[in-house]
Amino acid sequence: MTGGERVARALAEVETALGTEAVVRSPGALWAYSADGNPDLAARPGGVVLPSRRADVAAAVAALHRHGVPVVARGAGTGLSGGAVAEEGGVLLDLARLDRILAVDEGEGWLRAEPGVTNLAVGRRAAGMGMFFAPDPSSQVACTLGGNVAENSGGGHCLKYGVTLQHVLALEAVTAGGGTLSLGGLAADLPGYDLLGLFVGSEGTLGVATEVTVRLLPAPEATRTVLMLFHREEDASETVSEVIAAGILPAAMEMMDNLAVAGVERGPYRVGFPPDVGAVLLVEVDGLEAGLDEQAERIAAIARRRGVREARLARDEGERALWWANRKTAFGAMGNLAPAYLVQDGVIPRSRLVRVLRRVREIARTEGVRVANVFHAGDGNLHPLILYDPAEPGAAARARRAGAAMLRVCVDEGGSITGEHGVGSEKREEMAYQFTPAELALMRSVRDAWDPAGLWNPGKVLPPERPGPTGTAVPSGSADGGV
Amino acid sequence: MERTPHTAPPAARRGGDRDIWSACVHCGLCLPSCPTYRVTGREELSPRGRVFLARLVDEGLLPEDDADRVMAMESCLDCRACEVVCPSGVRVGHLVERARERLAGRLPGPWRRRWAHRLVRGFVAHPGRWPRLARLGRLWQRGRLGRLPDRLLRRLPAPWPELAEALPPLSGLTVRASAPAVTPARPPVRARVALFAGCVQDVAFGAVNEAARRVLAYVGCEVVVTRAQGCCGALSRDMGDGETARALARRNLAAFAAVQADYVVTAVGGCGAMLREYPVLFAHEPARVAEAQAFARRVVDVSQLLVRLGPLPAAKPLPLRVAYHDSCHLAHVMGVRAEPRALLAAIPGVELVELGEGPACCGSAGTYNLEHPEMSARILERKIDSVPEGVDAVATGNPGCALQLAVGLGRRGRRVRVVHPIRLLAAAYGLDEIPADEGGGP
Repeated sequence: MTGGERVARALAEVETALGTEAVVRSPGALWAYSADGNPDLAARPGGVVLPSRRADVAAAVAALHRHGVPVVARGAGTGLSGGAVAEEGGVLLDLARLDRILAVDEGEGWLRAEPGVTNLAVGRRAAGMGMFFAPDPSSQVACTLGGNVAENSGGGHCLKYGVTLQHVLALEAVTAGGGTLSLGGLAADLPGYDLLGLFVGSEGTLGVATEVTVRLLPAPEATRTVLMLFHREEDASETVSEVIAAGILPAAMEMMDNLAVAGVERGPYRVGFPPDVGAVLLVEVDGLEAGLDEQAERIAAIARRRGVREARLARDEGERALWWANRKTAFGAMGNLAPAYLVQDGVIPRSRLVRVLRRVREIARTEGVRVANVFHAGDGNLHPLILYDPAEPGAAARARRAGAAMLRVCVDEGGSITGEHGVGSEKREEMAYQFTPAELALMRSVRDAWDPAGLWNPGKVLPPERPGPTGTAVPSGSADGGV
Repeated sequence: MERTPHTAPPAARRGGDRDIWSACVHCGLCLPSCPTYRVTGREELSPRGRVFLARLVDEGLLPEDDADRVMAMESCLDCRACEVVCPSGVRVGHLVERARERLAGRLPGPWRRRWAHRLVRGFVAHPGRWPRLARLGRLWQRGRLGRLPDRLLRRLPAPWPELAEALPPLSGLTVRASAPAVTPARPPVRARVALFAGCVQDVAFGAVNEAARRVLAYVGCEVVVTRAQGCCGALSRDMGDGETARALARRNLAAFAAVQADYVVTAVGGCGAMLREYPVLFAHEPARVAEAQAFARRVVDVSQLLVRLGPLPAAKPLPLRVAYHDSCHLAHVMGVRAEPRALLAAIPGVELVELGEGPACCGSAGTYNLEHPEMSARILERKIDSVPEGVDAVATGNPGCALQLAVGLGRRGRRVRVVHPIRLLAAAYGLDEIPADEGGGP
């Protein structure tokens, strides 16, 4: 039986169990599902299943796995590393319709929701109770809680509050073959191995979450947001290091360079930055009202020593929201500058910021590519956005080469190839640069223990084992890829 | 693996929509803004999906008339909510309009759509018929036409009968045909304005146009009503009939060029947005673009002009809890969000509340509710869910929205009036009665 026939039979079964509304199999519609937020890594899935009830997830997975069909979970498809793309004729499990908030406990400070709820919807519900949900990826208006769990997402405020893992208390998950599992719990410090910790950030290779319980924190009493414009990005970078060195822990420290600013200033959330600005630094401090102004002033003083050309406090919540919307749409605004971009997600020790930026510029010059830089500067998470035109011969290859070289620089400086975007298919080769063969083998054995048939998002995260292809039950690819 | 768009052969079709889709970097921030994505969760029914499919057509990987691609383009409400949140300014609406114009001649389409198209063409292109229709409608509402019309109406598919039921009491007059050519301003004179009456608006919501005329005169505008004007062309454009849309637009350009006015004022979000986009409509007629631009610059919504001129103190308090519904075209194309709210909030006694979901389409969208009744009904359900309990009225600046909301509220048995903000303002100025049940449903 070919892969295509397997997929067709499995989907027919899913359709019987879940209804025709829950299955997409016509070729035109499937094209729309061929990419996540990175259209450079497109592959048309063999089908899409869209459950409307939580129980349907297990039923669908059971049917698909029984037929040996790989399953790739997808939320809103805003990921950037090809994680939610079904290669080799696999089927996408789209969780967008499971978007209900199931329960909240204000006193205990938690919220339980289905995986398709957006990060922003969780944040809004929390805000209505005077609380907040800390992970706030830039795509938060669209990205889903399940996707945040799969990618262990960060965001502007993870500098002070930590990434998704620090905020997930418990999960209900569907695992290989359609089995179900409860991970974590409301009690602190559960005994045994931390399976919840393993699951968060596993990029859909161990299973799929069907219920997520997250921690809500009391909203800080007050917030000050400081916007600083610099002539040179080196001065902005040094300011970042010196703020931390001075013992201040801001909630967020975000930086954009001149070209990134040029992109967002042509988008819907224009702040009115001068076109010749070298770098923009957005710093937020929060906590008790008392002492906040003093903290903001200390930050401004450091910036002044570094020759800041302008520093000002957000007048009100409206201005603060505008500054953040401007920053958070930076990736999407790259379409104002070029038809395509490739983003890297390297992490480096903060103190190396200036040096690494210089290396990034050199690589860009060597490969002849334009680079806009956006960073979560406070935690050394770089996002060089490499702009290119896919219609220009060789441009995509040059962009990829430049990107890979930039990641090597990050690892060589003692950092990592990904902070929050996940490995997906994009950076699986670079995993071999980051980890030793023994470490990779251990990861592979963990994965095999959870998913012996290799049917959860196959081919992602880990580099292909050589010789031979990964997995055993994966359909044999394009010729009979089921579409 | 299959060929991906990036390794695809060069565009198989000349022209194409590359100028639009090449700005999309696939970030997906548009998804939650899209009414069809919100109710279906389907990527090909999202702005990003629609743009991606357009690109595949240009890259020769998908035929233009592929059934899914056609449905993606036909199911779009052209509400433009995605355009205002897009970081790269992708013009999804124009992409959809272009595709519809190219596909219009080739689509067999269900009978319902063909029927709706014929009906619309016979209506919008013939302003001479409008007063007769208004009079006929009044006779029907008063039961003077016997039972036959109701019997026929009941045989039409949803939501036709409900929309007919939701019509406000018709005056039998259209402002375009009956208002004086020039209404003098109450001194001091502050501007000379031309009132754009619209088609459906003038037949079914003549009272709104009349309220606009009176309020404008009251605040110091000399109001010109030219009979040479006609339909704005939006309904024709939406259904892919570009030729009719351009013919109607040419008529309006000529009509308003002949009137020396500082502003062209509408009380219809859909019309105002269309008039503002005449330059896009004539993108292929460079000779007319400058004329269309000069015209578009003068177009304002009545609420914009009133805020610009500064509203006057109200004579009468209106003790009402009012929720304001943003017409998509008024909000997203004309950028009018704050002005109607400011006018309403300034009326003594009015308590203005926001709808739960913020600015979201109601599913009316021109003839969309007639062409896609199921999708429209699902979108409407969500909208009605967002209307808070305890409001007396929903105010909105577009007749399509008013009828749609009245149908939706009626289906739930909710007794909430639907009114145009200008009518509340007219009542507050003592120029009009408080509209009792305009579009108020059964």
